Amino acid sequence: MEQANYQLEMRGISKQFNGVTVLQDITVQVNKGEIHALVGENGAGKSTLIKILSGAYTKDAGEIFIDGKKVSITSPLDAKKLGIAVIYQEFMLAPDLSVAENIYIDRLSGDKKFINWKRLRSDAKKQLEDLGFADIPVTAKVRNLSVAHQQVVEICKCLTRDARILVLDEPTAVLTVAEIRKLFEVIRVLKEKGVSVIFISHHMDEIFELCDRVTVLKDGHYMGTRSVCDVTSKDLIHLMIGRELTQMFPKRGAVIGDVVLKVERLNSGKRVRDVGFEVRSGEILGFGGLVGSGRTEAMRAVFGADKMDSGEITMLGKRVNFSNPRSAIRHGFGYLSENRKALGLIVDQSIRVNTTMASLQKVTQRGFLKKKREKDHVVSLLSQLSTKYGSIEDDASSLSGGNQQKVALAKWISSDCKCMVFDEPTRGVDVGAKVEIYNIMNKLAEQGVAIIMISSEMTEIIGMCDRAIVMHQGRITGELSKENLSEENIIELAIKEAAQ
Amino acid sequence: MISKTRGKNKITHFLLKNNTYVVFLILFLICCLASDKFFSFLNLRNILLQQCAPVLVSVGMLMVILTGGIDLSVGSVMAVGSSLTAVLMVNNGFSWPLACLVSLLVGAAMGAFTGALVAYLRFQGFVASLAVMTIARGIAYTITNATPINLEDGTLNVLTSKAYGYPIVFIALAVILIFAVVTNYTSYGRIVIAIGSNAEAVKLSGIREKRYVMSVYILSAVLATAAGIFLAARSGVGNSTIAEGQELDAIAACVIGGASLAGGKGSVLRTVVGAFILALIGNIMNLLAIPTYPQKIIMGLIIIIAVLMQVLTDRRKNN
Repeated sequence: MEQANYQLEMRGISKQFNGVTVLQDITVQVNKGEIHALVGENGAGKSTLIKILSGAYTKDAGEIFIDGKKVSITSPLDAKKLGIAVIYQEFMLAPDLSVAENIYIDRLSGDKKFINWKRLRSDAKKQLEDLGFADIPVTAKVRNLSVAHQQVVEICKCLTRDARILVLDEPTAVLTVAEIRKLFEVIRVLKEKGVSVIFISHHMDEIFELCDRVTVLKDGHYMGTRSVCDVTSKDLIHLMIGRELTQMFPKRGAVIGDVVLKVERLNSGKRVRDVGFEVRSGEILGFGGLVGSGRTEAMRAVFGADKMDSGEITMLGKRVNFSNPRSAIRHGFGYLSENRKALGLIVDQSIRVNTTMASLQKVTQRGFLKKKREKDHVVSLLSQLSTKYGSIEDDASSLSGGNQQKVALAKWISSDCKCMVFDEPTRGVDVGAKVEIYNIMNKLAEQGVAIIMISSEMTEIIGMCDRAIVMHQGRITGELSKENLSEENIIELAIKEAAQ
Repeated sequence: MISKTRGKNKITHFLLKNNTYVVFLILFLICCLASDKFFSFLNLRNILLQQCAPVLVSVGMLMVILTGGIDLSVGSVMAVGSSLTAVLMVNNGFSWPLACLVSLLVGAAMGAFTGALVAYLRFQGFVASLAVMTIARGIAYTITNATPINLEDGTLNVLTSKAYGYPIVFIALAVILIFAVVTNYTSYGRIVIAIGSNAEAVKLSGIREKRYVMSVYILSAVLATAAGIFLAARSGVGNSTIAEGQELDAIAACVIGGASLAGGKGSVLRTVVGAFILALIGNIMNLLAIPTYPQKIIMGLIIIIAVLMQVLTDRRKNN
């Protein structure tokens, strides 16, 4: 085989942690200027492989070649010198420094003693222009940029270090549809420049649109590399999970009953304007729209997490005023946060502590914890949700994304909600766990829970919801019945200016 | 061969898991060997009586640290406890139990003030307690005119008297026990620790986290006031200049006991042992007649070593 063809080749990579094999004989070959997708369920070994490439972990066996030359990567510095850059979901930016400072953070003054601010800014500006982002002000604080622009700054930073191999770890997870378009353009510019891109994503449509070839991992094993022209998304899913996924969105037999929650003329902060809706027991009501359209903010205001400026909430026929999350929960309103790590879970506390956090009264007697009762409660709840974990005493952070989400869900199920918001419930969750979460939602609906699902994945809204409301810039722009649910209709409403 | 290494691993694991206790035992043995005066009834009793006050303060500090805060005011609040009790008894003719009660209430009020600043006005614990530290010291100076007040009739001595079986030791033991139970077996303790890990997630779980944050500062201040009363009882003097820097010893005890200043992690029993580790070091250096100033240097180094052990254990656990 002609190795020199490959910009990057990882051959026969193996890695064990505490005797557990997480990578077994993995081979990835990336051409110069290729956009190469890396797919697999959570826990398939994608991150471990990337961390080996970036020098965060050392491999147990295997070889890495760059331009056909064998290289040794034992530290992040080695990887950087070889032109390998990884952009993780959590950016490595200093939020309070300017864009220009961030781009040149490790050589602000070049080889001089003092910083030449004028030059620094003009260099940064040129870099951004090359990527088609002349509109990002180089003097702005990174904190004040949108997530998408922060990502561009991060990419820019890597490019100024002459990165030849760029790894993007689920870059689209936090972006809106329009921003994803823009990111794809940037990636194509990079391709033109001969940069090899490894693109990690759970979204099949993105892979088919953007990538040249795709490598599939499953349970630490190499399942094959395909050219995207030669496969269908069904084939890929089959490779990823080893079985046919006949039904992504399971059927359900929930009976839609009385109105559980009614919200009228809700205003909160700058992001929620005159929002009103109602949801019935057994119903799944979708909230579609672009990221930042005010859906999360509206639900947080209902939940009492943010201040409600005006509006009326009726729960089970009674006028209520949730001044804080506690009173919302007492009335049976739960909110599964979109931001699992920061708001949904206490990641460095045990699974047990997390599961009962919102329903401590169930496992306490006169303020004392009944540990046996708590343990039984947690174990039975988690097994109902078919959660995979070692021990309930392990930290929540030890779980994969899908299982963390199940623990976060268990917390709300434990608190017996009558109405529950699922905010982006399948973000960062692999295909298999997604279906399980849909099943849980259906089961709750069958039990008569009224469900509100905020999702930026249109297929999810179409597949799961009985009805959907679409928001744009803090206002509701329309409502779609089951028959009218289609991507076109959702997008149209998502970008349409509200009537007034 | 395999079982042998596994056995070895088990021992290392056990030693690392209980490192605070191991350090204490080793230190105790070293003290016994280093000076024949150390392992005597008189010396050990002295250490025990002396440590009652610092232990109370350390346990209170731990509660604050568990929430991710810090309470720098404890030393000054101790001074208020000591001075106010004496002033009330000597100048105002209060009976000693009443004087103690009033002092404890004043302590609680000071804690509530710090706690309210932190919980409701979002001051950082460091800043709020720094301000209250200054205020409390000022109060102690003002009410005593910065002069020691003799508790002539000595009724407060009841607390430390041999005849009554050293009540302060039992009070301290009771406090340790209560707080060990509170942190491990009550929903209050569970929530305090959870706040230190992720206050926002706790709030979104329907818990009024601000009340809990405020409460730990009250507990810390009440325990510090009690510690101040203990000191007054032992010395027979109400004093506004005592316990300068006591907050640092209390923080050190927590940290040696494995608490994380980031919150969410710490143990009452280990903190108490941490306080005794500091006490043993001080005691043995006195017995060996090491001068006071170098003692400080050695003390600081030992804190670094103790914390280093915690860091290394954590790193091992994470791998």
